[in-house]
Amino acid sequence: MPLENRHLLGLDGVPRRDIQLILDTAKSFREVLERPIKKVPTLQGKTIVNLFFESSTRTRTSFELAERRLSADVVNFSAEASSVRKGETLKDTARNIEMMKIDMVVIRHAAAGAAHFLSKVIGANVINAGDGSHEHPTQALLDMYTIREKLGKIEGLKICILGDISHSRVALSNIFGLLTMGAQVSVCGPKTLIPREIEKLGVEVYYDTDRAIKSADVLNVLRIQLERQDRSFFPSIREYRQYFAVTKERLMKAGREIIIMHPGPINRDVELSSDIADGEQSVILQQVLNGVAVRMAVLYLLGTGG
Amino acid sequence: MNIHLKNGRLIDPVSGKQDSLDMLIVDGMIEKIGRVSATTQLKVIDLAGKVIAPGFLDMHVHLREPGFEYKETIETGLLAAASGGFTALCCMPNTNPTLDEAPIVRHVLERAKSVQNGIVDLYPIAAITRNREGKELSPMMELAHCGVVGFSDDGAPVESAEVMRRAMEYASMLKKPIIQHAEDPSLTKGGVMNEGFVSTSLGMQPIPPVAEVVMVARDLILAEYTGAQYHVAHISTAGAVELLRGAKKKNQDVSAEAAPHHFSLTEESVRSFDTNTKMNPPLRTRQDVEAVKEGLRDGTIEVIATDHAPHSYDDKQVEFMYAPFGIVGLETALGLAIRELLESKVLSLYQLVEKFSTNPRRILHLPPINIAEGEAANLTLFDPDLEWVVDCSQFKSKSRNTPFGTWKLKGKALGIINNGHLYSEGGFGMS
Repeated sequence: MPLENRHLLGLDGVPRRDIQLILDTAKSFREVLERPIKKVPTLQGKTIVNLFFESSTRTRTSFELAERRLSADVVNFSAEASSVRKGETLKDTARNIEMMKIDMVVIRHAAAGAAHFLSKVIGANVINAGDGSHEHPTQALLDMYTIREKLGKIEGLKICILGDISHSRVALSNIFGLLTMGAQVSVCGPKTLIPREIEKLGVEVYYDTDRAIKSADVLNVLRIQLERQDRSFFPSIREYRQYFAVTKERLMKAGREIIIMHPGPINRDVELSSDIADGEQSVILQQVLNGVAVRMAVLYLLGTGG
Repeated sequence: MNIHLKNGRLIDPVSGKQDSLDMLIVDGMIEKIGRVSATTQLKVIDLAGKVIAPGFLDMHVHLREPGFEYKETIETGLLAAASGGFTALCCMPNTNPTLDEAPIVRHVLERAKSVQNGIVDLYPIAAITRNREGKELSPMMELAHCGVVGFSDDGAPVESAEVMRRAMEYASMLKKPIIQHAEDPSLTKGGVMNEGFVSTSLGMQPIPPVAEVVMVARDLILAEYTGAQYHVAHISTAGAVELLRGAKKKNQDVSAEAAPHHFSLTEESVRSFDTNTKMNPPLRTRQDVEAVKEGLRDGTIEVIATDHAPHSYDDKQVEFMYAPFGIVGLETALGLAIRELLESKVLSLYQLVEKFSTNPRRILHLPPINIAEGEAANLTLFDPDLEWVVDCSQFKSKSRNTPFGTWKLKGKALGIINNGHLYSEGGFGMS
């Protein structure tokens, strides 16, 4: 029962059955991760390149672990140490790498659509590990896995994504995936960080953090990208913290248990207070663990045709 | 070169004539209009069902020479124009060096004369400011004296209101239009496509439509104050069309052109991540497309111009974000206009000819083309009913960057006659 597409470029348009299959498959790999020997021979003889044009220690490490635990041969390619600096195009870089008989490529890139572009110019399976502010499908899949693990389901749940929605690949992939799985999704943040017409995707928009929290079962708190401050998307970190940070105080007001997620890395006491990040309602570290299992599932399903 | 055009349908907005007739052209001059008796010395072109129109002019073309000859040269650009049915074009100044000094303009004009015996007339548009930096005015009077027909900083819109005011004052003294790529750059930093639902779904850096509207609003106010003639290049938003309509009602000396892609495609096309859907101004919404069509219909938009922007295959074979803006347009313009505007009755054939020929010539203060006995022949011959499929490998342009590859178009140029020469590809099946 293979996936519909031989690449994983995003969750936009991915059918429910496929998401379900990935999450179910991840569950068995999650069990593998609890064994004393955390390695299976599934992708033995396959070669996977991690093509990272943006640094991302967390995502790259997670993919690499997943690849190694499936017994694949792994090559890491990072922009810093590559010919990209010498002016080589993505297409040339990819084709050169492919000539070295690569089976799968995991790509992280600053440009929206880079993974789509790559899938058109090479024959290997392509997995998008984040393309600009577009999609980051494995992050959304691990988020969904974690929600399902914690609450037993996704359908019917209310999930609120808070923070910089405009520049977030995590937000879009979560929105596409969660809506497909039957969840209700809302976004919350200052209007300057919420892209226009996002409500047409089928999400509710809040500018009032208390109201957003009140109506949610799960909060997915996004990182505020401090480096964007030069274009004054909001007045100051202080004001952001005051009105948009998720704090114990705000959660108390909601008066019931709400699950806290964050794709990391956290700006502690900016978008999320430390006590909440480390508190009982937080599943942030489980997300990291589940990330490896979900990526193993994706690699397995694409690499072997299921 | 003696040519007998037989049974052609003349559409001449200058005289208002629309007749079926024969025309005899001897040594590039129209010798006789009406019945022409057959002699053996003539090339006879049977134009039954085909149109004879005054020569088309595309007032927005990037020729890339000097500086970017790997994308296009004056020769390939003018050939593409001839192939598309244009007997004249205006080239934009964003070459390297910029068209901001008389010797560069003279050089470009000289080069154009050698292409196909100078069959396509070249009317350069020079930069408003030196190196298109928006700071110091270019030597506008000297440029005007060597044949420049208008001024534009094109892709680098003049951001400073004061510089624009001075440019308008100076240009109005010269009776030349200021042509603005209307975009407030402070609103579009890093943008790659129209802002809205599609940019949000694709996570693309947005270009808000109001960046165009804001700039047109400012410029219309400055143009009214200075008495300048103002022309909006490639108008693309409903808001800007509305502002222009208002200014025209007040009898302001303003005009605009629409590019075929802005009435043929919407932002939805960008979902393909095809870099040939990346242009500036970007593809807009369905509503904007309808507003552009309505502007063309009611005369608010008087000109169809292509914004022909050649880029090499490799230039465009990159991530969407890094791809250059623009597409080629000379060889698909007429077919798109007939398919999108004539078929849906937005324009009549007569109005279409006005927008391709009569109107741009009037806006640029070029002499009208008189189709009369004793006048030089400057003609575009086209078949409004011919259906054809775009095959960009056949383009005369050096570049192939078009989103219309494999599109089925209606209407095609058959040839042009200008400056004593005939250019045609099919050979007309001449007898």
